[in-house]
Amino acid sequence: MPFIPHTAQDVDDMLAEVGVASLDDLFCEIPANLRCEAPKLLPALNEMEVSRLMAQRSAQDGGMLAFLGAGAYEHHIPSAVWEITTRGEYYSAYTPYQAEASQGTLQVIYEYQSMIAGLTAMEVSNASLYDGASGAAEAVLMAVRCSRKKTACIAIPSTVNPRTIATIRTLISQQGVELIEIPCSDQDGRIEASTLTKYNDKDITALLIPQPNYYGLLEDVDKLTDWAHGVGALVVGIVNPLALGILKPPGEWGSEGADIACGEGQPLGIPLSSGGPYFGFLACKKKWLRQLPGRIVGRTQDKKGKSGFVLTMQAREQHIRRSKATSNICTNQGLMTVAATIYMAIVGPTGLANVALACHDNSRKLLEKLTAIPGVERCYDGHFFHEFVIKLNVDVSAVLKELLDVGIVGGLALADNRMLVCVTETKTQDDIDKYGDVLADIMQRSSS
Amino acid sequence: MRNNRIIFEDSKPGRKNSHQAPSPTVDCDLPQNFLRATPPPLPEVSELEVVRHYTLLSQKNYSVDTQFYPLGSCTMKYNPRACNTLAMLPGFLSRHPLEPSQTGQGVLKSLYELQEMLAEISGMDAVSLSPMAGAQGEFAGVAMIKAYHQQQGDVNRVEMLVPDAAHGTNPATASLCGFKVREIATDENGDLDLTSLKAAVGPHTAGLMLTNPSTLGVFERQVEEVINIVHTAGGLLYYDGANLNAITGRTRPGDMGFDAIHINVHKTFSTPHGGGGPGAGPVGVSARLKPFLPTPIVACDNSQKNKKYYWLQSKDCPQSIGQLSAFMGNIGVLLRAYVYLRMLGGPGMRRVADYATLNANYLLAKLSAAGFTVAFPNRMASHEFILTLKPEADNYNVTALDFAKRLLDYGFYAPTIYFPMLVPECMLIEPTETESKGELDRFVDAMVAIRNEAIENPRLVKDSPHDIPLPGAGVGRLDETQAARKPDLIWNKE
Repeated sequence: MPFIPHTAQDVDDMLAEVGVASLDDLFCEIPANLRCEAPKLLPALNEMEVSRLMAQRSAQDGGMLAFLGAGAYEHHIPSAVWEITTRGEYYSAYTPYQAEASQGTLQVIYEYQSMIAGLTAMEVSNASLYDGASGAAEAVLMAVRCSRKKTACIAIPSTVNPRTIATIRTLISQQGVELIEIPCSDQDGRIEASTLTKYNDKDITALLIPQPNYYGLLEDVDKLTDWAHGVGALVVGIVNPLALGILKPPGEWGSEGADIACGEGQPLGIPLSSGGPYFGFLACKKKWLRQLPGRIVGRTQDKKGKSGFVLTMQAREQHIRRSKATSNICTNQGLMTVAATIYMAIVGPTGLANVALACHDNSRKLLEKLTAIPGVERCYDGHFFHEFVIKLNVDVSAVLKELLDVGIVGGLALADNRMLVCVTETKTQDDIDKYGDVLADIMQRSSS
Repeated sequence: MRNNRIIFEDSKPGRKNSHQAPSPTVDCDLPQNFLRATPPPLPEVSELEVVRHYTLLSQKNYSVDTQFYPLGSCTMKYNPRACNTLAMLPGFLSRHPLEPSQTGQGVLKSLYELQEMLAEISGMDAVSLSPMAGAQGEFAGVAMIKAYHQQQGDVNRVEMLVPDAAHGTNPATASLCGFKVREIATDENGDLDLTSLKAAVGPHTAGLMLTNPSTLGVFERQVEEVINIVHTAGGLLYYDGANLNAITGRTRPGDMGFDAIHINVHKTFSTPHGGGGPGAGPVGVSARLKPFLPTPIVACDNSQKNKKYYWLQSKDCPQSIGQLSAFMGNIGVLLRAYVYLRMLGGPGMRRVADYATLNANYLLAKLSAAGFTVAFPNRMASHEFILTLKPEADNYNVTALDFAKRLLDYGFYAPTIYFPMLVPECMLIEPTETESKGELDRFVDAMVAIRNEAIENPRLVKDSPHDIPLPGAGVGRLDETQAARKPDLIWNKE
């Protein structure tokens, strides 16, 4: 039987030990009218057959030359990352309740927390959350708990990824938190710090600051941070961890630094996989530690003074606090943090900066190539990181469809025939040239 | 001497793995005020050092692949390797979530079929795969119940009923959804106390969250009456699918009358626990909650000769509680569950419940015969059961925690301890269907041996673990109080 080791003799012996005659008798306490037969599922396949099926399905998928970003990014993943991560000792262990028999997972998380804190210039990090968007929702709820204010009012710039905003709305909808969306200037696609003064008397609990923002543009994080702190609001930075290889970390924004940093961890060694599993990271200043949700690992000692690692600060969590917990979260994204930790260790500080720089180089090259095409112009003109917006003088969805016919996913369509385009280090000069040439051809045909 | 260092301690300035990152070709054009002043403080170690470090660390873990892991309520069964291999095929891994659906027909078809199969197994009308973990599935389920009452204009239903034996996530989720939590007592046989339930329900009742079989390791025999009481009062029923492994192919939550359920695919459908995630927590609903399902949901267009699969987004489902993640949930995890289901089929899923239940009842019978005290001796166990070590604690001053730590020395991961909180000095034991009779017998031998140690040399048990059979682990019982009092959460050079 698949994955069941019992022989017929075992079953007889075990039933006899239990004192029942058949397997059916084990379910005697289920009321008779509620019992059912085996479910009607697709027919069972052996491993060879299911391998053939999945190989066929996988071959149907992906394989595009994709210039998509918008929150998930294609990067080279060193082979060692998933070779090690899928070792059974990581893959098939669980939440390290018995610390002494889980030192591997626990030490990895401790190292992960250290790396994330370093990357964001924060003092503490949790063991990760489900993804960047749900992590941002947890950051919002955390900011509300940290604040002493009577009302909860969160300022969200419209330059935050709309999927993150939608997720925040779902997850905090029952918490009595007011969300104020701060519009960006159509001119430059960023939040202009000087326009924030009109929110001075709104008693804002926290300001979310994306860096880079949804359009790939770099926000003036120093000024925004200082404004927020000036009106007594906390600052939550939503950052791309790979970009932090070169960009100023949230802990150093403005004169005091952001209070909380969060973001989508996927760029750190996690494959795109049509949308998940990824992980969210969440780090903060030490003074907010007691409000940090999710699992946290700490270093301690055994009776002989030997150092080891345990889950700690558990008094915040659902299995202790029940209805008064900081969150209902049970797990972190364990295996994803193993992969991210190995990724960061392999690329190191120079490698991470070089990947970020290569992404940025490539995106500048493509931007130059695309904006040289008649009918294509760049929207906004600020500094950007590996993602930018262009506007076409023809129907963008028709253009994307034509590009797809030749195996190119040209970007993500936005309103008004605009398109969000991303380039990472994985694209070659040939890829960039190919996209430019094909688009030039399409644009020429559409305008003639 | 085995490496016990933190990765940062192996770091040397200037060491690079230059084969893993391109070198920049032009100067960075970004102004200084956007840039970091110093490089990120990551370790500078060679690829070999990284591989060796994390390979050695992995060996300091107990895992299902290496040890019996009878952690109650967690369903730590074998995770078939094929599920991992096939979910990691290049077409699946390389596809960006925002690519048009035509580049993802393989994954979308698999997920659509998974939705259908989960609906069939659970007896629910419709399923959304989007929640990223069991706790998020719970959130989705309770949020749907809230949305339903609001749509009915039933705004006074502010109370969620939760049994006192429930997982901590149940009350935490109810709070997160803005409900007041009211606990319902359990009777001495492990069933819900109907008198307590009847006294609690009323026009303020939004619903009841129930796990069945319960966390006490027994089937709630009065489930139909419980559901009837809550439904009659106008409340809805939430099924916590944590223990679905006990009943697949034997009974269905939908047939019992539940309105919403979540399924932990990392339990029943054998996706890996990964040291604590990623999981996935699909939700199933009865017809009346269908419009509120979280998005996205996979849909199928049958209108043409070739079926087309695509995502329904929030704009297609105006009453939906909304999206729970940036993209489409934990697809890689769901693909593993799909492969598992395809290898087992319907009869295979019934065997899962049959042999998980057989193993639990066999282990219970053996431990009971060996003189251990079973918490609910008059009940048939589900896929797990509870021992109370109160007699051992009273007689020998050796607690459930001490037993758990000593089991580690014997090469077993410990069962869940001190949960559920109703039973003193308890051990919640779940062997799962993938363990052999021989392994269960060895576990009984270890428990008996530890009790003998408790009688003859209690110190030995109280000071355990002493010698965990893992290379280089060698750490004794760790001081959790000190860890919380003086938090050391990140590595510092000092």
